[in-house]
Amino acid sequence: MSLPLFHAILFYMFAAVAVGAALAMVVQRNPTYSAFALIVSLVSLAGIFGLLGSPFIAALQIVVYAGAIMVLFLFVLMLLNVKEELRVAGEGRVSKLVAIALGAVLAGEVGSVLVAVRTPVAAAFDASARAVALLLFEKHYLYVFEATSILILASLVGAIALAKRDPNP
Amino acid sequence: MSLSPVQQELAISTVKVLVIFGALMTLFSLMTYVERRLLAFMQFRLGPNRTGPFGLLQPVADGIKLFFKEEVTPAGANKVLFVAAPALAVVTAFMAVAVVPYGGTVSLPHWGWMPDWLEGRRIALQISDLDVGVLYLFALSSLGVYGIVMAGWAANNKYTLIGGLRSSAQMFSYELALGLSFVSLILVAGSFRIHDIVDSQKGWIWQWNAIRQLPAFAVFLVAATAEVNRTPFDLPEAETELVAGFHTEYSSMRFALLQMAEYINMITASAMGANLFFGGWHFGIPGVPDSPLWFIGKMLAFLFFFIWLRGTVPRFRYDQLMHFGWKVLVPVAMAWIFVAAALVLWRHS
Repeated sequence: MSLPLFHAILFYMFAAVAVGAALAMVVQRNPTYSAFALIVSLVSLAGIFGLLGSPFIAALQIVVYAGAIMVLFLFVLMLLNVKEELRVAGEGRVSKLVAIALGAVLAGEVGSVLVAVRTPVAAAFDASARAVALLLFEKHYLYVFEATSILILASLVGAIALAKRDPNP
Repeated sequence: MSLSPVQQELAISTVKVLVIFGALMTLFSLMTYVERRLLAFMQFRLGPNRTGPFGLLQPVADGIKLFFKEEVTPAGANKVLFVAAPALAVVTAFMAVAVVPYGGTVSLPHWGWMPDWLEGRRIALQISDLDVGVLYLFALSSLGVYGIVMAGWAANNKYTLIGGLRSSAQMFSYELALGLSFVSLILVAGSFRIHDIVDSQKGWIWQWNAIRQLPAFAVFLVAATAEVNRTPFDLPEAETELVAGFHTEYSSMRFALLQMAEYINMITASAMGANLFFGGWHFGIPGVPDSPLWFIGKMLAFLFFFIWLRGTVPRFRYDQLMHFGWKVLVPVAMAWIFVAAALVLWRHS
């Protein structure tokens, strides 16, 4: 077995799981199942990043998205004990039509990209921790990075202000 | 028989995985026995001493007992997630071990009867020497939380749900402190690779991060104990309030799997403590050859420490736990990062 073949097998495994889990997330009626399906999908994406030679991005994908963010989603779902969503017959004709139209547009876009791109796009790229850090903290993205940090800080302060109880009402 | 280089690597990795899996299973079952015995001695009891010499066969007896017990699934439980939860917990626990190094590299001897590619081949004592080893560990420990959350929710029982929620809140609160305690080590070593961090502690004993970076070590010690849900931070299974926490409804082998995940996580945390803070396979005195034996000794010392802690300190209250994590550990770790960063900058300029 050659290395490309081995990589191809792993790639299709991860890709199949990622797509399957993403589909399950959308189709699933139970919100908790959807959350778990999204986690599986994110983890499989991390596997693909790892195959493309960037374990740093893969680890970040799991730590940030599959770990930190999704655990909060699950927390809310479990604390509120959200039940399976019920559907009333004949509800939302218009939204169904809009959904079908938008889905067709998306399918067309994906199809045109697939037709246009014959060769695999993922060329070799350096996404090691060092390369990413240099990119983020050198002059190109430094201001953007700092602006994002301030945005996150502002939202943190906002959340605390909203959650804090007034000591003397 | 000639193998392509990829097949050779695969063969070596498979053997490594099997050996380490076997070693971990042995260590896990021994730990269940040693923990009960040591705790008993600390409390002036004898502990299990009837099965085999000194009671050493106790894990075997426990295993057989658990194997033949009935698997109970509560009527109101979510069947799929209830079964998936222990599996998820155990798989993530074992996957985390993949980046733990046990020593440098060893060369196979030239025996003459092995295939050519194996004769004198250098083999790293680690399954995968990942560039971002430390981050990988965090990734898996954050996935490990889901096993517990899932177990708590799927059983459809208020005690398990509260246990699961508590446990996950505790784990991601202390994960933050744990991560911050590693940042200064990464700064000093200049690398995420666990191997490089170990090598940055080569030389005399005071080169070890436990001494050179004492504040980071203190934060690590507390946060790691909380991360693996050990006393005094074993609130998820506080039996006086929550029956047995997230694994109340589990029985038989599923219960055994959850226990196994907990012990494997404890072993990983001990191995990381030995590697990142106590110089791994370096002895601490220049001239003494590096050996995996030193690493194993340090790891066992950590495991003993966890048991000792359990025999010594009482459990925290939940609000104390959260306050301590967010208001003491995180600020201390943050402050130390600034100090360490300043020192690194000063040394380089």
